Amino acid sequence: MIKKAHTIVWMVIFMLVLAGCSEKTTEKGSTEKGDEKITLTFMHLWPAGSSKQHNMIVNEIIKEFEEQNPNVKVKQEILENEQYKNKLKVLGASNELPDIGMTWAAGFLEPYAKGGLFAPLDDLLDGGLRNNFVSGTTEPYALDGKTYALPLELNITPIYYNKGIFEKYNLEAPKTYEEFKRVVQVLVDNGVAPIALGNKDRWTGSMWYMYLADRIGGADTLKNAINGSGTFEDPSLVQAAEEIQQLVKMKAFIKGFNGLSNDEAKAEFTNEKAAMYLMGTWDLPQFTTNEDVPKEFREKVGFFKFPTVEGGKGNIDSWVGGPGVGLFVSENSKHKEEAKQFVKFFVEKWGERSVTRAGVIPATKVNTENVDLPQMYIDVLNELANASNITLFADVQMNPEAAQTHLNLIQSLFGESITPEQFAKQHQEVLSSTR
Amino acid sequence: MDKVMSDKRVIALYVLPALLLIVILVYIPIIMTGYYSLMKWDGIGERTFIALDNYRQLLKDNMFWKSVYHSFLLAVFSVFSLGGYLVVSLILAGKVKGANILRKIYLIPMLLSSVAIAQLWLRIYHPSNGMLNQLLSFLGVEDTPNWLADPSIVLYSVFIPIIWQYAGFYILIYYAALKNIPSSIIEAAIIDGANPWQLAYKIKLPLIAGVIKVTVVLAVVGSLKYFDLIYVMTGGGPDGASEVIASYMYQKAFRSFNFGYGSAIAFSLLILCIAATWLIRKLTHTEEEVQY
Repeated sequence: MIKKAHTIVWMVIFMLVLAGCSEKTTEKGSTEKGDEKITLTFMHLWPAGSSKQHNMIVNEIIKEFEEQNPNVKVKQEILENEQYKNKLKVLGASNELPDIGMTWAAGFLEPYAKGGLFAPLDDLLDGGLRNNFVSGTTEPYALDGKTYALPLELNITPIYYNKGIFEKYNLEAPKTYEEFKRVVQVLVDNGVAPIALGNKDRWTGSMWYMYLADRIGGADTLKNAINGSGTFEDPSLVQAAEEIQQLVKMKAFIKGFNGLSNDEAKAEFTNEKAAMYLMGTWDLPQFTTNEDVPKEFREKVGFFKFPTVEGGKGNIDSWVGGPGVGLFVSENSKHKEEAKQFVKFFVEKWGERSVTRAGVIPATKVNTENVDLPQMYIDVLNELANASNITLFADVQMNPEAAQTHLNLIQSLFGESITPEQFAKQHQEVLSSTR
Repeated sequence: MDKVMSDKRVIALYVLPALLLIVILVYIPIIMTGYYSLMKWDGIGERTFIALDNYRQLLKDNMFWKSVYHSFLLAVFSVFSLGGYLVVSLILAGKVKGANILRKIYLIPMLLSSVAIAQLWLRIYHPSNGMLNQLLSFLGVEDTPNWLADPSIVLYSVFIPIIWQYAGFYILIYYAALKNIPSSIIEAAIIDGANPWQLAYKIKLPLIAGVIKVTVVLAVVGSLKYFDLIYVMTGGGPDGASEVIASYMYQKAFRSFNFGYGSAIAFSLLILCIAATWLIRKLTHTEEEVQY
C-alpha cells in the first residue's frame, strides 16, 4: 500500500515537471512562427464592473482594430487602479511590460522613460496626430524632448456648488476671493458646512492650495518653485498657505476633513450636507448623467471658477488640472510598429466616443457643435477652450519622493500643526534635496 | 511501512516540497530584501550599491523612530489587552450560562476581513454622522472629537478596532487551554477549599503559563508588523500621526518609489521582531515544564 502511494507521489512530481517543461516549449513555438499572426498585449485599468462605459468603448475599438488588421489580435489584461500601478512596477522591474499599457504623466512616467522601458511616440505625433490634441496636453508626458505616452483624458477642476443651498441663503457664485469668504461665513453662520473636503487622500487639499498659490502668485510661481528655477519661500506661496489656515479657522471645511477620504467627502456633498466641492471634471457624470444619483440633486449642481484674489497676479481662466492616463508602447515590444498603430487608432476613436458615451473629456479636441451633451459638459468644454493655463497637479509634477512630502505637508498645513513658513521651508528643503 | 520511512532519501523526498516552498517564499525574499536594502533603487531602473547609507539615513529619520514608537505602543496595548482576554476566558471556561454563544460572539470579528472591519469602524468614527459622535452629541457633548483627523487621538482610535479584531483569537486560545486542564486538579482544589479567585490565580494560570507566553510573543510580533487596519483607516495620517513601521515601509517603497530605503525599513522590522521574540523568551524563561 505504502509502496504504491510512494510510486504515485513520484509519478505526480514527474508529471508536474514534465507539464512545466512542455508548456514552455509550446509557448516558444507560437512566438517563433508568429510573423503572420500577431498578438498584442494591452493592459488597462477599466474593468467591466466599475468602469462599464469605458470598458465597452475599449472593446469596440479593439474589435474594429482587429477587423481592419486581421493578422493582429489584441489581448487585454485589466486590473483595478492600485493593483495596476503595483503590477506595472513589478513588470517594469523584470522588463516584461505589455506591448501597450496605460501610464500617468510626469513623476509617474519618469522612472520608466529614464529606464528606457517606454518607446518614444513622437513619430505618431509628427505623423499628423499632434493637431488632434488640445495644446499643452502631451507635454506632461514628455521628457528630454521626447514624448513617451499619448493622453486619453483631460481634466480641470472647477468648484461645484449646490444651487439649492446657495439660493436658500441668497448667495451667488463668487467671482472674487472676498466674496467667496463672505459666502463661507454666511454658510457657517447658518450651520451649513461650506466645503466638502476629504483630506485623508491629501491630493484633494493640495488642489485648494494650488489654486490659492495660482491666484496670488500667478501661474508660474508654483511651477518654478517645483522645477527649481524659483523658490518655495516666495512670499506669495507663503501667503497662500496662510489663506488655507485662515479658511480652516473659519471652519470652511467639513468636520474632521483630515480623516475623511475623498469618497466620504463627496457623499457629504451629494447628500446636500455641504455646499461646495472642488473636484476634477472626472466627476461630471455623477452630477449630470449618472442615474444612480438622485435627479433632484443633479439639477441643483452648478460650477464656478476659483475666484480671483484681490491684488493677486492670477487669472480666473487659469486652471488646476491635467491629463489623466495616457497610452504607452513598450520599448521592448516585439511588435512595436503594430503597437504604435494601435495607439494611434485608439486615441482617434477614443476622442470621438469618450465624451458622449462615457462622459470622459478626451485630451483630443472635441467638436461641440454636433454632439448631444448635458449643458454642464458644454460649459466645461467651452471653459477648456478659453483656458489661459492649466497647471498640472502638484503631486504629479514632483518626483515621487518630493510628492509624498508635499502631500504630508498639505495634511499638516490643513491640520494647523505647522506654520505657513515651516510649510514653505520644508517644501524648499525636500525639493532641493531630491532634485 | 518502517522500511520505506526509515530510508533517508525517502524522508528527504517528502520533506522537499515544503522545504522548497519555505525557502523560495520566505528565506530567499528575506535575503533579497537584505540585499536591496544596501542599494539605491527606485524599483525600476538601475540599482547602485550604497552599502549602509540607507541604514545611516534611517537612524536619523525622525519619522521612522516615530513609527517605531507607535508600533511599540501598539505592542504594549496588545499585551495589556491580553489580560482582559484572559479574564473573559476564565469566566467563559467556568460554568457560565450561555458560554457557548458568548464564545462564538467573541469570535465573530476574527471571521471578518480586515478591510471589512476597517470600513465598519470608519462608519463608527465618522465625524458627523458616525455612531460614536451621534451618541456623544445626544449626550450633550458640544465639540465632538474628530477621531481619525485629530493627531493626538488618531493612534488610539485605530488601536481599539485592532484590539477588538483579535479578541476572539486570543480568547479562543485561552479557552482551549483552560478547558485542557484536567478536572481532577480543579476538583481537588475545590475540595481543599480554594475560592474561585485562588482557583484562577494559583491553579489555572500557572498551568497555562506556557500558552500565555506564546500569546505574548504572538501579540508583540503581530503588533510590530501590523499594517492592514491602519493602512485602510488612516493611511498613516494625518501627517504620520498614526504611522507604524509597516505602513511607513509601504509608503517609502510603493509611494515614494524608494525601494532600497523601504527594504532597509523592512529588514530593520525583521530584526526588531526577532529581537523582541528572543527577549520575551529570555524574560519569561522557566525551568520546569508543566506536566499533567
